[in-house]
Amino acid sequence: MKKTIALLTLAAALAAPMAAQAHRAWLAPTATTLSGSDAWVGFDAGMSNQVFNPDHAAMRLTGLAITAPDGSAVQPEHAMQGQYRSTFDAHLTQNGTYKIANVMGGVMASYKLNGEQKRWRGAAAEYPAGLPEGATDVQATRTASRIETFVTLNNPTDTVFKTTGEGLELVPVTHPNDLVVGEPATFKLLNNGQPASGLEVTVARGAIRYRDNPEESTVTTGADGAFTVTWPEAGMYWLNASVRTEGHGETLGSNASYVAAMEVLP
Amino acid sequence: MRLLPVVITTVGLAAAAAPAMAADLTVSVEIPRLNTASYHRPYVAVWIEKPDQSAERTLAVWYQQTRNNEGDGKDWLKDLRTWWRKGGRAMSLPADGVSGATRAPGRQTVTVPAARLAGLQPGQYNIVVEAARELGGREVVRVPFRWGAANTGAGTGSTELGAVRVAVSR
Repeated sequence: MKKTIALLTLAAALAAPMAAQAHRAWLAPTATTLSGSDAWVGFDAGMSNQVFNPDHAAMRLTGLAITAPDGSAVQPEHAMQGQYRSTFDAHLTQNGTYKIANVMGGVMASYKLNGEQKRWRGAAAEYPAGLPEGATDVQATRTASRIETFVTLNNPTDTVFKTTGEGLELVPVTHPNDLVVGEPATFKLLNNGQPASGLEVTVARGAIRYRDNPEESTVTTGADGAFTVTWPEAGMYWLNASVRTEGHGETLGSNASYVAAMEVLP
Repeated sequence: MRLLPVVITTVGLAAAAAPAMAADLTVSVEIPRLNTASYHRPYVAVWIEKPDQSAERTLAVWYQQTRNNEGDGKDWLKDLRTWWRKGGRAMSLPADGVSGATRAPGRQTVTVPAARLAGLQPGQYNIVVEAARELGGREVVRVPFRWGAANTGAGTGSTELGAVRVAVSR
């Protein structure tokens, strides 16, 4: 018995720092494929170990933007922040595909002031002016995080797939609201507008609580940034990739990540 | 050829007056009678599919034609998942001669006059019937047939659909 407890304590101690790193951010729709003259879709956003299973932290939606097929912005409605998830609704009134994205970015810096180690965080435009006078040993990283999903009322469209050239972005080759079991789907990843080659993409299916095997897989992007997934089962899938480069002196490092939630139907 | 009169007699007396040759493609669909606590008639789509499984054209969609306190009938068309993806979502509904109200359990028939299929190239096709029911399941049945000569085909579902019969009269 004592031995078991000791082992458990050890396991817990090992898990703690890992867990902090392993928390996954997700923005999941209650439905992706809708019909009729208008429709409502709800969204949950959180950070957790198991994707789409709210048990750790709610997501801050400071960078939330809902883009309608005609390019206009849609206001989220009924927004609420719970303990483990943030939720909001979107009212779809146009035919076509909507993009729902929480995009955040900025600069994170560490520096020394009077021999003391300090951290700074702010918008890219405020750097380096935002650092205090006399800061030395500055190490800065530009961060770009994009967490998004897509939903479609009636026939799918592709107007919301325009990229911005900032951070990691997805360019669908297969429409993300046209995914079914057994059919291959291809997407391209761009990093600052350039094909992100050799990137490892994690593909994880939700509802892990109801099975024993996590069934997670990875796929690597090709020279053109493209990767292909053949869906083994229906469900809500979480796709994630990130790129990190170290900074050297004046040159900023970068840390860009991309997450998408995509629904695969039977 | 022999099946067609049988189908017509079963369908009902209303159709009996029409000559047999007027209907070149007939699909009969058995909607099973299910004993469940809360039965709703299924949404059903019937379409012609090419051998590569792409949709050639929709022959019939049966769905709730009205709006009730739960919503508009079209809100659940997406539940006919296969049909929705393969062409339903690109259609403008209601469509003349295609849209119709949900049908009761029993044998239901879709008769397509030759004139409506004038553009269909002779060759091998499937008739696909998909049914999706509120608080129930979904099922797809495919029946191969040849267009260009008289022939018949049959298939059967196991949960949401019964026998599906296809007859080409000439």
